[in-house]
Amino acid sequence: MKLHEYQAKGVFADAGVPVPDSKLASTVDEAVDAAEDIGYPVAIKAQVQVGGRGKAGGIELVDNAEEAREAAENIIGMDLKGLHVDRVLVEAAVDFVNELYVGVTMDRNEGEPVAMVSTRGGVNIEEVAAEDPEAIEREHIDPAFGMQPYESRKAVYEAGVDREVAGDVASVLRTLFQLWDDSDATEIEVNPLMITADGDVVAADAVMNIDDDALFRHPDLAEMEDEAAEDDLEAKANEYGFDYVRLSGNVGIIGNGAGLVMTTLDLVDYYGGEPANFLDIGGGAKAERVTNALDMVFSDENVDAVVFNIFGGITRGDEVAKGINEALESFDEIPKKVVVRLAGTNAEEGMDILNTDLVTVEVTLEEAVQRAVEYAEEEAQ
Amino acid sequence: MSILVDNDSRVVVQGITGGEGKFHTRQMVEYGTNVVAGAVPGKGGQEVDGIPVYDTVDRAAREENADTSVVFVPPAFAADALFEALDAPLDLVVAITEGIPQQDMSKVYRKLRETDTQLVGPNCPGVITPGQAKLGILPGNIFESGNVGLVSRSGTLTYQVVDNLTKRGIGQTTAVGIGGDPIIGTDFVDALEMFENDPDTKAIAMCGEIGGEDEEEAARYIGEYMDTPVAGFIAGRTAPPGKRMGHAGAIVSGGGGTGTAESKIDALNDAGVPVGDTPEEVVDHIEGFL
Repeated sequence: MKLHEYQAKGVFADAGVPVPDSKLASTVDEAVDAAEDIGYPVAIKAQVQVGGRGKAGGIELVDNAEEAREAAENIIGMDLKGLHVDRVLVEAAVDFVNELYVGVTMDRNEGEPVAMVSTRGGVNIEEVAAEDPEAIEREHIDPAFGMQPYESRKAVYEAGVDREVAGDVASVLRTLFQLWDDSDATEIEVNPLMITADGDVVAADAVMNIDDDALFRHPDLAEMEDEAAEDDLEAKANEYGFDYVRLSGNVGIIGNGAGLVMTTLDLVDYYGGEPANFLDIGGGAKAERVTNALDMVFSDENVDAVVFNIFGGITRGDEVAKGINEALESFDEIPKKVVVRLAGTNAEEGMDILNTDLVTVEVTLEEAVQRAVEYAEEEAQ
Repeated sequence: MSILVDNDSRVVVQGITGGEGKFHTRQMVEYGTNVVAGAVPGKGGQEVDGIPVYDTVDRAAREENADTSVVFVPPAFAADALFEALDAPLDLVVAITEGIPQQDMSKVYRKLRETDTQLVGPNCPGVITPGQAKLGILPGNIFESGNVGLVSRSGTLTYQVVDNLTKRGIGQTTAVGIGGDPIIGTDFVDALEMFENDPDTKAIAMCGEIGGEDEEEAARYIGEYMDTPVAGFIAGRTAPPGKRMGHAGAIVSGGGGTGTAESKIDALNDAGVPVGDTPEEVVDHIEGFL
């Protein structure tokens, strides 16, 4: 789960990481009031989870009420890289002399956390990492012992942070690691960490990703999940307990197992179609889960046809087929054509059971995908 | 011959009294796996289908000479179960559990480095040597004994490729599901090395997916050290950056190019490994090798 900037800054502030004064606003009037309260100059920042907000026009710096109103009118309701902006964070602008990068993430190759510090803050850190890996100082942390104070100092000094602020930056890094550890984060990042003329450090942005698999032991963070969801359909998927990712195409995809569902998406693309989504219904295929999955995919107005690809392993194909029939019979009218492909245990029995008045049955994965792409093209015309 | 598991493996099932554990233990026994014990805290002295249950893995290993464990323990308690298995000690631990918190696995992985135990998974379908034994949840009936090794990050994608192989009359030495999590015990290189050293494995199918750099490392390893021919498949070509595609490990990082299908396919091709556009094409390549 990725927190919004305002959520992450709230968590940072509670942990003692300095952040600028800010207020969340969802209307233009609220934004102007917030700006007046905080005092100019302020930054008005779109609260959507996408990189490069500034360049895309999602962040504006304003000096008075008139400018604040204009900026809020521009940003609230805008479409930023495909995401609708509902809210802005109105935040005191920081007068900085230097911008750093600090972060903690999981190094999956080493299986252990790594703390990172760079003096090249304020720009896309992944570009810095690609062009000049030496510009980012990395310090691996033993997961059994956690970050030792010397490790935070080492990272900061080796990165070349100014001596005057090094102690404070190291302290921020330790707090971030503690937060990472306490909240089961997979990634925490401050970019930029601003250094003011007075030598204060301030987290001007905040990225925080929490491990979905650990939310069960963080009820306070789990509560933020609905607000963090970007898309109504993705929120619905959370409710149903599906792994779902919405994409921009028109071929709806339902399958079991992440690898096979990804492969189905890839084949849709390979045969000239465009996938509308990733939807993994997981093990088994009880009627209720099938119904919910179809409901999800049919709710996406972009979908013109659906391919249902189930590999019955331990779950038998005949049981899956019964589930699919039952689910389809619960719809008064099936809004889009559905192609089903069953494989694995008792697949033949399953294909005999499937109600061909309601679905098209194909034997191989390749044939099923091609048929769905064809249906989607016909429907789109 | 085979890798990791065979007729001689003596298996303890951790979580044998739970729904999943009980069901799949029965399936494993039906397939011919030698399940000698179960381990569940507080359930010592009970039996499941005549298999004795012990309170600790240590006790099960000592009483029944178990050398292998299969873990069906729910995610919140799975790290504890894995520490227990690593401490027993056993030769092989196969963790089926999906959804173990990443920071828990980070600690388990550190412990793993200090032991000689081979961990497969977590979040994997398991390991099967057709005709001999299976550890985990793989559907035994789609496999056929033969001379192709298979290693994969995904369960159902493994089944898809195996089904295609078997239908063309191509059997398997062993199939290993290494799991879809960011932190796993056995990676591609480990599995490839075992297959390379298995005289019966004449060709290998390797199914990777987006996220991490495991496939790129495997490509380097194949190019440098392997004689056995490998054919590959990479799932997730159409995955957008920054979105987790089901598996916790299947995510292409935001702005950078790491973990993309393209980088993996390029690396494999550079190492002389053909990568199929469809699962059928992978089987075409394997057929060509034999």
